[in-house]
Amino acid sequence: MLLIACPWCGERDETEFHYGGQAHVAYPADPEALTDVEWGAYLFVRDNPKGDFAERWVHTAGCRRWFNVVRHTVTHDISAVYPAGQPRPSQESRPQNEVTA
Amino acid sequence: MPDQLPEHPDWLWRTPDPKPSYDVVVVGAGGHGLATAYYLARNHGISNVAVLERGWLAGGNMARNTTIIRSNYLCEESAAIYEHALKLWEGLPQELEYDFLFSQRGVLNLAHTLQDVREGMRRVGANRLGGVDAEWLDPDEVRAFCPIVNTSPDVRYPVLGATLQPRAGIAKHDHVAWALARAADAHGVDLIQNCEVTGFVRDSDGAVVGVETTRGRIAAGRVALAAAGHTSTLTDLLGLRLPIQSHPLQALVSELLEPVHPTVVMSNHVHVYVSQAHKGELVMGAGIDSYNGYGQRGSFHQIEHQMAAALELFPIFARAHVLRTWGGIVDVTPDASPIIGPTPVENLYVNCGWGTGGFKATPASGWVYADTIAHGRPHPLAAPFALERFTTGALIDEHGAAAVAH
Ligand SMILES: Cc1cc2nc3c(=O)[nH]c(=O)nc-3n(C[C@H](O)[C@H](O)[C@H](O)COP(=O)(O)OP(=O)(O)OC[C@H]3O[C@@H](n4cnc5c(N)ncnc54)[C@H](O)[C@@H]3O)c2cc1C
Ligand SMILES: [Zn+2]
Repeated sequence: MLLIACPWCGERDETEFHYGGQAHVAYPADPEALTDVEWGAYLFVRDNPKGDFAERWVHTAGCRRWFNVVRHTVTHDISAVYPAGQPRPSQESRPQNEVTA
Repeated sequence: MPDQLPEHPDWLWRTPDPKPSYDVVVVGAGGHGLATAYYLARNHGISNVAVLERGWLAGGNMARNTTIIRSNYLCEESAAIYEHALKLWEGLPQELEYDFLFSQRGVLNLAHTLQDVREGMRRVGANRLGGVDAEWLDPDEVRAFCPIVNTSPDVRYPVLGATLQPRAGIAKHDHVAWALARAADAHGVDLIQNCEVTGFVRDSDGAVVGVETTRGRIAAGRVALAAAGHTSTLTDLLGLRLPIQSHPLQALVSELLEPVHPTVVMSNHVHVYVSQAHKGELVMGAGIDSYNGYGQRGSFHQIEHQMAAALELFPIFARAHVLRTWGGIVDVTPDASPIIGPTPVENLYVNCGWGTGGFKATPASGWVYADTIAHGRPHPLAAPFALERFTTGALIDEHGAAAVAH
C-alpha cells in the first residue's frame, strides 16, 4: 500500500485515493484542427514509463481535491507532490532506492 | 550427500549462443513469443528464428497467471480468436507430446445483479450463435455444478445465476511454456535467455534491421515484439507510442488441500476467480492495481479485497492459509483487447495488450502472429485487433462486454 501525502491533509493510505493517470495532458487547443491520428492519440495514448511518472491522484475519501505526484513506477518512491495546474517540478538527482510501498 | 543426487534430467531445449543474424527475432520468451516461434517454424517453414528473453523462459506473466482458459467473450472478434485458441488447446497436448494438465472442467461466470443476469444471458445467446458452447444456470444448477459456492440469498451479493462454458478450464502454465519451447527448439529455433533487447538497429529509411542486446548486436529480417508489460519500454526507443498502460496484477495460492473445488468460478462483480490446481492448492486472482507499475508486486489491500470476496462466495475456504502471493505486469489497452500486427515502423511487429487475460489465447496468439509476420499483413483473425482501431474508433470493447477479466 502506498503512503501518499495529500497537499492539504498530509500522509494518508492509498485506499483513501483514486488514481487519475498521466498528469499534464492538456485538452487540444483547437480540436477541430486535429487529424484522426492526432485525436486518437489524444484520446487513447498516454506515456507508460518505467521510471519517474507525473500522475494525478484525487483524495476521494478526504478533501476530494485533485493533485499531482511524481512516483517511480518500479520503486514507488514518491519524489514530488504538487497542486494540479502547477508545472512538474524539476528534479536533478535523487535516490532511487527508497521504497514506500 | 551430493553424490546421492540423481543425474540432471535431459534438458528440453538447447542453450545456443546468438547467431549474428536471423530471419525473425522474437522479443520475449513468454507463452506468446514461444508459440509464435513454434508456429513460424511449423506452419510457415521459417525456422531461422531466435527468441530473446531478458530473464528466464516463462519468467514473466506466463508462469504467474491463474491459467484460466475460456472463449466465452461477447464481441465476435474476441470470441473468434479465443475460440480458435480453445480448439488449438484441445489438440496441443497430443501434438506437442506433452501432458500439461489441460483440464476442461468448465468455467462459471457468476451473476450477482440484474445487470449481470442480463449480460450473462445475452452473452450465452451470442456465444451459441457464434458456435461457442455456453449455458445459463439458475442458482440451483450452480449449486449442483459447484456445491461449495454459497448460493444462499442472505449474502451481500447473492448468486442469481451463472454462465457455464463446459469446454473451458485450466492448464499447467509452466509446462505449456516448456512444451512449446521444446517443440520450437526441435524445429531449429534458438531460445536465448538472459539476453535483453536494449535498442534497435535501423537503416537509412528507418526500417528496423536488427536489435541491440546485452549479448551484442543481432541482425533480423523482421522483429516481432512479444514483451507483454514491457512493450512500451521497447517501442518508446523507436518513438512509437502505443495505447498501453502497464499495471501490477496479483494472484495467490493456498497450501495443498484435498480436492474440494470441481470447476473454475469467476465473479466480475465481487471480483475474484478461483480454481483448484491439480496438486491441490487453491489458485485465486485479484484485480489490477489502479496505478501504473513495473515492480511485479502490487498493494496488499488488493489481496484483502479479493480474500473478502472469496470468503463470501466460498465459506469453506475460511480456514485455508495463504501460502504465496505474487504479481505480474500486465499491459492494458483502452478497450481491454490486444494489439496485433504490423506497425508504422518497417519490419517491426507488435503483439501486446493482452492485459489480464492472454494466457488462454497463447496458441492462437502465436498462430495469427506467426502468419502475420510470415506474410507481412494481418491474419484475418488478427485484422480487427490492428493498431489502426485507435484511429478509426472501431474498438473491440470487451470492458463493456463483461466476462472480460482473465
Ligand atoms: C496474476 C495474473 C493472473 C493472470 N490470470 C490469467 C488467466 O487466468 N487467464 C488468462 O488467460 N490470462 C491471465 N493472465 C494474463 C496472461 O498471463 C498474459 O496476458 C500473458 O501471459 C501474456 O503473454 P506472455 O505469456 O507472452 O507474457 P510474458 O510471459 O510476460 O512474456 C513477455 C516476456 O518478454 C520478456 N521481455 C520483456 N522485455 C524484454 C526485453 N527488452 N528483451 C528481452 N525480453 C524481454 C519478459 O521478460 C517476459 O518473459 C494473468 C496475468 C497475471 C499477472
Ligand atoms: Zn486531502
